[in-house]
Amino acid sequence: MKSRSCLIRGGHVIDPAARIDAPMDLLLRDGRVAEIATPNKIRGGADEKFDARGLIVSPGFIDLHVHLREPGQSHKETIATGTAAAAAGGFTSICCMPNTSPVVDSPQWVSWLRQPERGAMLNVFPIAAATRASKGAVITDFRELQRAGAVAITDDGKPILSDDIMREALRQSADIDLTIVQHAEDTRATQGCSMNDSPTAFRLGLRGMKASAEASIVDRDVQLAQQFPGARLHVAHLSTADALKAVRRGKRSKAHVTCEVTPHHFTLTDESVGEYDSNFKMNPPLRSASDREALIVGLADGTVDAIATDHAPHALHEKLVEFERAPFGITGLETALALAITRLHRQYAIPLSRIVELFTSGPARVFGLRGRGSLARGSFADVTIFDPKKRWRFEASKSLSKSHNTPFDGWQFIGKAVVTIVGGELVYRSQ
Amino acid sequence: MIQVARRSLLSIEHLQAPEILALLKLARRMNPLKPRPLLRGKRVILLFYEPSTRTRASFEVAAKSLGAITTLIQASGSSIEKGESLLDTGYTLRAIGADAIVIRHPCAGAPHLLASHLDVPVINAGDGMHEHPSQALLDAYTILRYKKTFKGLQVAIIGDIYHSRVARSAIHLLSKFGVKIILCGPPELLPDVATTLATGVRVTRHLEEAVRGTDVIMLLRVQKERLAGLKIKLSDYIARYQMTPARLKLAKRDAIVMHPGPIIRGLELSGDVADSPQSKILEEVQNGVPTRMAILARAVGKAR
Repeated sequence: MKSRSCLIRGGHVIDPAARIDAPMDLLLRDGRVAEIATPNKIRGGADEKFDARGLIVSPGFIDLHVHLREPGQSHKETIATGTAAAAAGGFTSICCMPNTSPVVDSPQWVSWLRQPERGAMLNVFPIAAATRASKGAVITDFRELQRAGAVAITDDGKPILSDDIMREALRQSADIDLTIVQHAEDTRATQGCSMNDSPTAFRLGLRGMKASAEASIVDRDVQLAQQFPGARLHVAHLSTADALKAVRRGKRSKAHVTCEVTPHHFTLTDESVGEYDSNFKMNPPLRSASDREALIVGLADGTVDAIATDHAPHALHEKLVEFERAPFGITGLETALALAITRLHRQYAIPLSRIVELFTSGPARVFGLRGRGSLARGSFADVTIFDPKKRWRFEASKSLSKSHNTPFDGWQFIGKAVVTIVGGELVYRSQ
Repeated sequence: MIQVARRSLLSIEHLQAPEILALLKLARRMNPLKPRPLLRGKRVILLFYEPSTRTRASFEVAAKSLGAITTLIQASGSSIEKGESLLDTGYTLRAIGADAIVIRHPCAGAPHLLASHLDVPVINAGDGMHEHPSQALLDAYTILRYKKTFKGLQVAIIGDIYHSRVARSAIHLLSKFGVKIILCGPPELLPDVATTLATGVRVTRHLEEAVRGTDVIMLLRVQKERLAGLKIKLSDYIARYQMTPARLKLAKRDAIVMHPGPIIRGLELSGDVADSPQSKILEEVQNGVPTRMAILARAVGKAR
């Protein structure tokens, strides 16, 4: 489909940003959406035509939280392999985290991530570090990082604990309209912890992270954000009912607070850790059933702004160690849509339009990604076409990611990306 | 991943009551003074990632009493210091011809990891805060020397339960036989979630309540090395939870006092209690040998 124009016909378009949920045809030309119209109304030819009958045509999915592991950890993932996995999952834009080696804390590294030599198959938007080497001491130059192409600021993997640094980060956020992403974890209370504080943790003899270690940081951040009108605070991978309450309070006030939830947190609970399977070890950890239920309510009622994967690849030998010594993180790019449809739509009856919103206009708004997350005329020609009824089985060994550390190996799913188009070009088509 | 070798001993939680009784019965037939060559020519590797006196010596004597060849590998002075992973160490020991691996490790679940990748019986000699199955079995063996049956028994477990693998294994074991279990300690060392571990478990913060009318008192050491930032005032602990002769009087007249060791006199128990006729602390150590002979015989030996 490497062509100047492409007509997608016969599909059902869901574009929450444009309030469209109807059969529509879509014409892409020169990397943009040229026209969107009721069936059979688009005149003139196109270089390529795609028959989307029975499929959902959606703005390209955006993942706000991906670890691509470059620079420095290419044995886990590369930008080329990570974006290939993302394309197979229906994503057209992914935002990559700066906790690499070295940490992406300079404009040079931000630019490096965006160079064509990296082999990205789709839009990669770097998120830059909030403090030098993410050590929490010396704040980075947000304006320079933004100029180099950073779409947000974070010390992900580590929280910004210092009140002073967080206050300064939010002040600058308001000045230059750049989102601060917080990994909300009071690490002073989670030393040596490898899962959620729970009966399962007690049974396994593992130290548990308390929900309050997440909620207390979100609480503080929301209060700080209220002091700086215009500051943008985004809570990464929110996992507890209490933290969600704090976000709700923030949203009711004047603060600009957003949050994301991962597919594993709305699917699994701490009981899934079973007998020390490190593919169920991530940070934040899998939480209680009541936390999970609260997240589903938040996803349904609009409190949650985006579904983000926190795709965190690790090599097999790194994960196949003592549970307490295994690194945190699981892969997630290829299973996110399937989990959203299988769990949220089929099991919890959340409408498809809301799910599409959580993958498209929701995340686009969080970071202010202009021209993304909608199929309105003039938008970037980023399109995800998926089959909401396709039944399939996920096999980790066939994943396009370099790493296979997923808890969902062998799971039966409903819903799958069929075609992924980035800037008008086909980057993925399912077999 | 492979099936965990049938005769591995990873936890008490996953043992059935009849298996436990069979092991105890086998232990009663074992006598270190009358060696039986059930493991003649077998290689038992003792893989110790953590310091140990009792458990290590006990397993070694048990293995040798059965005619096995034993090799001790400790973290310091081995390739573990050079960064070799647990699984690679396990594969190496298998290649050397290990017939069983007895492992002590600071991480919960380490024996499970080893057992699920190695077709060799793995015996858990204590993993982090998780379990210490051979200790629970030797304690059960000891209890049954003084009490005819588990039926109707009440056991008080006192002290640092949160950090204790001994407590977790003991609770699982006693619960499987319907024993009434009362846990006692300060909230920092005994969170309320402990009651979810097994059925028949109750928590109290008052030592007197835990001890009154009980048949067995199991004391635990405050594990300073695992406190990780917790601040426990030892003088308060001693005032509220130390086992003294006066407090021991609240228990049944024939109650026994147990402790997995090492004991700290003057902390979790007074010297008088440690040396009293009701104290079975050294006998537990003694009973460790036949119990571990039974565990090894079940794991490697031909005789059942």
